[in-house]
Amino acid sequence: MNKLLIKGGTAVFADGCRECDILIEGKKIIKIAGNIGRDEAKGAAVIDACGMHVFPGLIDMHVHLREPGFEYKEDIASGSAAAVRGGFTQVCCMPNTQPVCDNAAVVGYIVARGKEVGLCKIRPIGAITKGEQGEQLAEIGKMKEAGAVAISDDGRPVSNARIMRLAMEYASDFGLICLSHCEDKDLADGGVVNEGYNSTLAGLKGIPRAAEEIMLAREIILAETLGKRAHICHVSTKGGVQLLREAKARGVQITAETCPHYFTLTDDIITSFDANTKVNPPVREAEDVEAIKAGLRDGTLDCIVTDHAPHHADEKNVEYNSAAFGISGIETSFSLSYTALVKGGVLSLEQLAERMSAAPARILNLEGGALKEGGVADIMIADLNEKYVIDSKKFVSKGKNTPFNGREVYGKVKYTIVDGAVKFAE
Amino acid sequence: MSEHILMDGAAIARTLARLSHEIVEKNKGCENLCLVGIKRRGEIVAARLQALLRKFYDVEVPCAGIDIGLYRDDLVSGYFVPDAKVNRLGFSIDGKNVVLCDDVLHTGRSVRAAIEALFDLGRPANVRLLVLCDRGGREMPVSPDFVGKNIPAARSEFIDVRLQEIEGEDALGITDRQS
Amino acid sequence: MLGKDLLGLYDTSAEDIVTILDTAVGMKKLLTQNLKKLPHLQGRTVTTLFYENSTRTRCSFELAAKYLGAGTVNISASSSSVQKGETLIDTGYTLDAMKNDIIVIRHPMGGAPHLLAKHVKASVVNGGDGMNEHPTQALLDFYTMREKFGSFKGLKVAILGDIKHSRVAKSNLFGLTKLGAEVTMFSPATLMPQGIERMGAKVARSREEALRGANVVMGLRIQLERMHGGLFPSLSEYAKFYGVSEEHLKYADKDCIVMHPGPVNRGVEFTSDVIDAENSEITEQVLNGVAVRMALLFLLCKNRQGGNANE
Repeated sequence: MNKLLIKGGTAVFADGCRECDILIEGKKIIKIAGNIGRDEAKGAAVIDACGMHVFPGLIDMHVHLREPGFEYKEDIASGSAAAVRGGFTQVCCMPNTQPVCDNAAVVGYIVARGKEVGLCKIRPIGAITKGEQGEQLAEIGKMKEAGAVAISDDGRPVSNARIMRLAMEYASDFGLICLSHCEDKDLADGGVVNEGYNSTLAGLKGIPRAAEEIMLAREIILAETLGKRAHICHVSTKGGVQLLREAKARGVQITAETCPHYFTLTDDIITSFDANTKVNPPVREAEDVEAIKAGLRDGTLDCIVTDHAPHHADEKNVEYNSAAFGISGIETSFSLSYTALVKGGVLSLEQLAERMSAAPARILNLEGGALKEGGVADIMIADLNEKYVIDSKKFVSKGKNTPFNGREVYGKVKYTIVDGAVKFAE
Repeated sequence: MSEHILMDGAAIARTLARLSHEIVEKNKGCENLCLVGIKRRGEIVAARLQALLRKFYDVEVPCAGIDIGLYRDDLVSGYFVPDAKVNRLGFSIDGKNVVLCDDVLHTGRSVRAAIEALFDLGRPANVRLLVLCDRGGREMPVSPDFVGKNIPAARSEFIDVRLQEIEGEDALGITDRQS
Repeated sequence: MLGKDLLGLYDTSAEDIVTILDTAVGMKKLLTQNLKKLPHLQGRTVTTLFYENSTRTRCSFELAAKYLGAGTVNISASSSSVQKGETLIDTGYTLDAMKNDIIVIRHPMGGAPHLLAKHVKASVVNGGDGMNEHPTQALLDFYTMREKFGSFKGLKVAILGDIKHSRVAKSNLFGLTKLGAEVTMFSPATLMPQGIERMGAKVARSREEALRGANVVMGLRIQLERMHGGLFPSLSEYAKFYGVSEEHLKYADKDCIVMHPGPVNRGVEFTSDVIDAENSEITEQVLNGVAVRMALLFLLCKNRQGGNANE
């Protein structure tokens, strides 16, 4: 069996950071100790992690890999390569593909393609409703059997509250959680940016915060009255954080995620009319950014996801209104989060690891999420002191659509190890 | 920078009188004649000539001023908006013998512009050029038919024509801007 | 100084605005004498690329270009390759390849002129983009105001109507605040955009408050589709509570002028007696529009090759 020794790095555990060696055999971490000798690790390949930090492999529970159907934007191979470059060992891909991932066959296809590519672990998310049409429940049980880890109609909110109620109830029979993209389409009314000063300034149609918060409140009420779990996708507003905080205090089984762009960007950037800033929900204002950070600090927001939404350049090189929504974010997530949150004094390193690895594992009941003996060897090693400038030309994702080009960040992913094998090394 | 007076009021009056006779001589009478002066001073010269023709020959020769602002050749290169007036002569120049009048003839560019302006108004039988003073320095193939006074002047020299109607006196002086 | 393009007044300095207005004075002088033959744009091509219907703006630009001696080409969305799915950038490349000097673009989406400008060598003039800006309309409004009042300092401008969807209101606001005027806006709450006060406008709570002491009363066109979208119940209700009649004008300064970018819905934004009153500048605005656009095309061309038309 192959052996791998990570030597001299500072490992990030839930209860603190410690300098130690980590020995991997096969797919497992077999020993974590202050100093693991050469003879003990005989035959092991050695990674010199001196001066670097060793994290549990990052888990992104919200990405779009576009396969099947939109391979010109991204496919499972390019998406996997981008994921490991970003330090992710597991990613959960949303079902808005073509055909929609609303049945066991498509789920099975994605799982199989993920294994074939063999970089990071691909966990499909099934659709809540057939064709993401919001009308009839998809075959949730069969999808679970085929490997689905959650259900969501991401990108197309379930506007009918009755259907969402049924989904929460039915999915719970299979231990699956509904991930809700909260957006009242009537209120959003074709908007493309956050409604406020900047939308007026740019003359672009705004999406009010209420469009997100109203449906978020609905999910809280459903989860609360049904006694079921629910998970809120990409929270972007101050009001949303407040609703979640209050719900959690009451004991509602609700979890939530946010994305790097919601704690690093404000809608000041939209006045450039650069369509790479177009994302749904839209980036909001400074007070929302502060509230998102506070939500991450106190745990109201459980985890950080990327909502990695790669698009072809032709879908962004058009009028702002015509451009596709989304940011290709998986290769910049760790650096942006580390720079904004840890260097920015919002989270400790342990908390960052929790939000980017342990929490998604816990919410979706996935393996990994922690460095422990006997645990799966999904590991990410980063040099936190390395400073670099984000350059989308270097992305391995097919989607070069990022508003972060030229931004200086800290924390570079150096190695990504999946099931004990090095899948990315810089 | 002292000015040297080359023609005083009396000299200008004598010259204009001579020019009026020359016009009639060349035209073999006053038939079909009209005067068009380039604004502003050329228009005054033309009006003086009209008065002289009335006095000497008892004829009423049509006379008007023409604005060449829109026809200048430096509008585009200099990129300025001309402060021009619309040209309405009050009589037709079709088939007429036009005497185009100006005060000083220098590069010939104004005359070129004036000819273009004239042809926007009609088709004269012929156009003759009358100037009070020809200072030389032509840049266009333009030659005057009637000249009040030839004053070969250097580029640095400035010919100053003062007229009763504008400055309150008649005089023609030369100033060297270098001295 | 004025750059390659004119995309909006938000990024145009007060100094540049005044330069355009000053140049337009000469243009108007010629126009009023029916002198419409300037040589400055001879050999240049001005293309109007309109993705939205418009008669007056397009006509105004086209005549302005023609009066300056330019060749003009008109492309409209219905007849162009837009229908064939060509992207704006590709259309831009095509127009550039055909050696256009100036492209005037009108587009239903905000920011479209900015996208075009980034990709073409030609100068781009924003002829109205979505809810963003309509700089030349605002410039002609400024011209009209300056001609009447001489200066903008302390000038009180009341803008009434559909502020939310109005690029005219915004370009006016951006420019007027830079020039020292005071702008007050009034509309139904459903037609008032967020953050407009932060941009320097005063938002009035009543029609009377908006009009009080106003030197300029500007109405904005109410689009019927806003009613269909549910933003207000009916034109007659709008006229009753938000429209301006002779009666309301008594609140304004006694020497006030009435303006409207047109086309006017008689009896909605303004009653007919307001539109046809002696202090109505609505038709004068149209003439000023040609003069201002001539000035703008003139200045942009002057910029392009240091004033030398013969490349």
